[in-house]
Amino acid sequence: MRLFLHQLRADQLVFWRNRESAIFVYLFPVLLFLLLGTVYGGTYEGRPVVDYLVASLIAYGVANTAFGGLAIMLVVRRELGILKRIRSTPLPAATYVAAALASIVVVFLLQTATILLLGKLVYDAAWPDDWLSVALAVGVGAAAFCALGLAAAALIRSSEGAAAVVNVIILPMTFLSGGFGPTRDFPDFLQRIADVLPLTYFVELIVGIFVHGEALWAKPGTIAVLVLWGLIGAAIAVRRFRWEPRLG
Amino acid sequence: MTAIRVRDLRKRYGQVEALRGISFEIEEGEVFGLLGPNGAGKTTTVEILEGYRRRDGGSVDVLGHDPQRAERAFRERIGVVLQHSEMWPNLTVAETLRVFAGYYRRSRDVGETIALVGLGHKRDDRIKTLSGGQKRRLDLALALVGDPELVFLDEPTTGFDPQARRAAWEMVRGLRSLGKTILLTTHYLDEAQQLADRLAVLRDGEIVTIGTPGELVDASGPTEIRYRLDGELTLLRTDEPTRALHELTGRALTEGRELRDLEVRRASLEDVYLELLREEEAPE
Ligand SMILES: Nc1ncnc2c1ncn2[C@@H]1O[C@H](COP(=O)(O)OP(=O)(O)OP(=O)(O)O)[C@@H](O)[C@H]1O
Ligand SMILES: [Mg+2]
Repeated sequence: MRLFLHQLRADQLVFWRNRESAIFVYLFPVLLFLLLGTVYGGTYEGRPVVDYLVASLIAYGVANTAFGGLAIMLVVRRELGILKRIRSTPLPAATYVAAALASIVVVFLLQTATILLLGKLVYDAAWPDDWLSVALAVGVGAAAFCALGLAAAALIRSSEGAAAVVNVIILPMTFLSGGFGPTRDFPDFLQRIADVLPLTYFVELIVGIFVHGEALWAKPGTIAVLVLWGLIGAAIAVRRFRWEPRLG
Repeated sequence: MTAIRVRDLRKRYGQVEALRGISFEIEEGEVFGLLGPNGAGKTTTVEILEGYRRRDGGSVDVLGHDPQRAERAFRERIGVVLQHSEMWPNLTVAETLRVFAGYYRRSRDVGETIALVGLGHKRDDRIKTLSGGQKRRLDLALALVGDPELVFLDEPTTGFDPQARRAAWEMVRGLRSLGKTILLTTHYLDEAQQLADRLAVLRDGEIVTIGTPGELVDASGPTEIRYRLDGELTLLRTDEPTRALHELTGRALTEGRELRDLEVRRASLEDVYLELLREEEAPE
């Protein structure tokens, strides 16, 4: 536990000290929220648009931060040889991975809290009724997307490509899964694709809670799909994760 | 006590046989040098002993552990400088060392370790602002901060300026006087000669010779006498340098000629080294 906290503190220091990661991983979804909140207002289907925006940007955040931020961070460290170097210290591998995950989850939670707070303060959004469901949904989403982030880190070959690959995944995924607005009018084949994307299910869950005031338990099937994706990610990560840089 | 015992160690990467059954032992408190050309298998050997790579054959004992199992107790006792590695670019030297110090049950004082490698004036600078040689010193500091008994140094002074190299040598001697065991690889013969109590020359995954630097030079045979006569350079190898020189100079004197550029030299470690590598290439 002492080692875990020590490493978590180190990871936080590394994260916030690096301007790119602080801006792109933490700040970007927040800025996007402010931008969209300024442009779109009023109501949609009788609900305040800002509620949709809060939910959408939390969904974008889970993809951007728990998935993308984690994957890029691990690939860069692996290719620099930092992971390899740490492997010969007494820090256990499991502690290292746990701290890296915890660190990115801390960032994601701060980001979510910032969006909630700005929604309330700037756009006068209502607080969600059911905080427990919010916390659990955010937790399940973070876990599933962290697992997928580990899998992506295991599959991405170079740090140069990492940001590109991650963005090519995140942006279309968020768009297709309704993170940037309703998908009802999308052509059929795009909706078919969206049906298999993990983010679709997280959006469903989080929109349900924020906009329609549902409880988390209202959609057990949705949770099950998210958990399944998380398990797939974890399985890939366990099989393919490497500590050493790739040769050449 | 023996710190490292390696018997018939074998490693292959696909078609490449990187280690073809090497054996050596390193005593506690000894500085052991591993020399050899690019691709000889130095890094492979060192990384097997550090626990990074799995062997394909033979046995390895490092401080009573099998490094392949990479137990935590083992990692508490070793310090590692990899041939290549970078650190978090935006942390300072002192911050990075504090992070690493926290990994060990018993660690050295961070400030003292920074001073030891001569980075005192850089302790609050970010790592991305360090020069190549300064980063290498940081690697060294990171290897020492856990106060290890056994230190692996894979080309620790590559990229150092001559002054920094001397300073690193002093440091290695300092570590040795503290009773640490050191396994270092290097391409620099003077470094091996200066630092190593014993050294092994590796070529193509085999040890071609092993011994103290003095033994290697002694085993190298004849003394060389060079001179220029009538503009022509002559090289004479002899096991009886006194007699050969006497005859040579005697003849020159009676003939009234000058032996220009006359030079008598024992083989240096470098000659021995190059000779060893040449012998191995000959059978092609
Ligand atoms: N991970 C690897 N995969 C495949 N081949 C490898 C790998 N590591 C090393 N080799 C090969 O094994 C041989 C020994 O390599 P090694 O890195 O041990 O040499 P070295 O003596 O450290 O060389 P250098 O002085 O260049 O650092 C080389 O032929 C190299 O190409
Ligand atoms: Mg090497």
